[in-house]
Amino acid sequence: MSAVIEDIQKSEPARPLIARIDWVRASPWLYTIALFAIWEASVRFFDLPYTVLPAPSRIFAAFYQYWSPIWKNSLQTLYTTTLGFLMAVVGGLALGLFIGWSKVIYAGLYPLMIGFNAVPKVAVVPILVIWFGIGAIPAMLTAFLISFFPIVVNVATGLATIEPETEDVLRALGARKLDIMLKVGIPRSMPYFFGSLKVAITLAFVGSVVSETVASNYGLGNLMSSAQSQFNVPLVFAGLLALAVEGIVMYSIMAWVERRMTGWAHRSTMSH
Amino acid sequence: MTHLVSIENVDMRYGGASGTLAVAGLTFKVDKGEFAAVVGPSGCGKSTLMRLVTGLHIPQAGHVIVAGQHVTEPVSIVGMAFQNPSMLPWRTTLDNILLPLEIVERHRKRLRAHKAEYVEKAEHLLDVVGLKGFGSKYPWQLSGGMQQRANLCRALIHEPQLLMLDEPFGALDAFTREELWCVIRDLHAAQDVTIVLVTHDLREAVFLADKVLVMSARPGRVLREHRVPFARPRDLEITYDKAFNDVVHQLHGEIASARRAA
Ligand SMILES: Nc1ncnc2c1ncn2[C@@H]1O[C@H](COP(=O)(O)OP(=O)(O)O)[C@@H](O)[C@H]1O
Ligand SMILES: [Mg+2]
Repeated sequence: MSAVIEDIQKSEPARPLIARIDWVRASPWLYTIALFAIWEASVRFFDLPYTVLPAPSRIFAAFYQYWSPIWKNSLQTLYTTTLGFLMAVVGGLALGLFIGWSKVIYAGLYPLMIGFNAVPKVAVVPILVIWFGIGAIPAMLTAFLISFFPIVVNVATGLATIEPETEDVLRALGARKLDIMLKVGIPRSMPYFFGSLKVAITLAFVGSVVSETVASNYGLGNLMSSAQSQFNVPLVFAGLLALAVEGIVMYSIMAWVERRMTGWAHRSTMSH
Repeated sequence: MTHLVSIENVDMRYGGASGTLAVAGLTFKVDKGEFAAVVGPSGCGKSTLMRLVTGLHIPQAGHVIVAGQHVTEPVSIVGMAFQNPSMLPWRTTLDNILLPLEIVERHRKRLRAHKAEYVEKAEHLLDVVGLKGFGSKYPWQLSGGMQQRANLCRALIHEPQLLMLDEPFGALDAFTREELWCVIRDLHAAQDVTIVLVTHDLREAVFLADKVLVMSARPGRVLREHRVPFARPRDLEITYDKAFNDVVHQLHGEIASARRAA
């Protein structure tokens, strides 16, 4: 199909360039470039000192200059975040299935979960440091603690909201709880689960970086806090940029996984 | 033993001793092969009656006997269909129809080895309800009426002796509904199945049923039982006859007074 379309476009040299660009696909890039351009222009126009707000050109220069530490610490942050996130996926799925299993468990554990989630995870970091010392383990665990809640809630909600008619039809046939969960509950909670991964991965970065900032000698969080203590503001911003790139990449992967795994959910809600 | 379903003096209360008394002193019988329709004011316990017969609820008092057995747990000789077709969107229509076979004890062990035989049976049912060739479609690719047809296939795939329908056509437009009346009529004529239909559409009840049970307002019990005198097979045209409308009119009067009594 696409080959045909390209052929048609080539045979129509009369169409202006502007009509041949896919503006929807191009616009995220254009907006990003525009943001940086405005930023650069403003910094130059108002003559802001780089210790307050460095221009993008200055940040990219820092990125280039400190390439090796940025690269190493990015990998470190990616590693702790991903491990914490994977733990959250496994733990969240398991706990979500357990909570969604019965109305009684759901009713009993839900308030506890809310309370747990209301505790700011930064406040937990010192406890983790007491238990595990500073370094990668508290960062991983903070990422885990902060990202597993949305997974649990989504999986449990998917299970707990099975249509009563479906349950009646199956129970009347002699289905046991396990049958209903395997045939209906788990498949229908999958869109909720995969949807929650996008939120969870973003939160996992928050957790690991917060923990690295206060209690680690590695990672982007640590890199940024030590750059800050040396007033190396461009490097702080370069670290932020590296984090943003990692965040976008991981989010895109999760969005892609979601589309691949649960396409039916998107099509079926679209048709109603 | 000719009664397939026999309900005697059943009381059913929801939510403990102080809860809602849904039905009280409910008594009725349905013969094997018969088509019974249940009508009554809304909230009178019609769906409760369905759940009692299928063993989803066990009553606090009275007897529920289905196929000669006291009902103490769900009975898999029953097929059910509700107003909400509740097809699973991640399964094709065919796989949705085969779902009961993955549950019912006597089929689930045979399913893998005899898949082709069961698929053939499902295709045949699809043909009967006018969905030939739609087995590979997903439910969300079907219209509401088509989903309800598939729902009927799912209710029938395990060859139940008793088919329980709870307002199955309530959400459909008038033309689709009449088409499905004919589908049900032909199913009942062709298969050896007993049908209990809960409905609020009195024309539907009179057109399809051999007898119509009129229920009182909550707590529900059977006020009257009407034999429908019209010969089978019935054509849709009879719904415009005077005799037909007289029966409908009389039912309407009875339900209206049952509502006033509440
Ligand atoms: N699961 C339930 N818990 C408590 N009350 C219920 C439940 N199901 C039904 N009821 C009550 O029982 C009565 C009969 O309900 P139902 O059998 O669904 O009526 P119908 O199907 O005739 O409209 C209603 O008053 C309803 O509120
Ligand atoms: Mg009802």
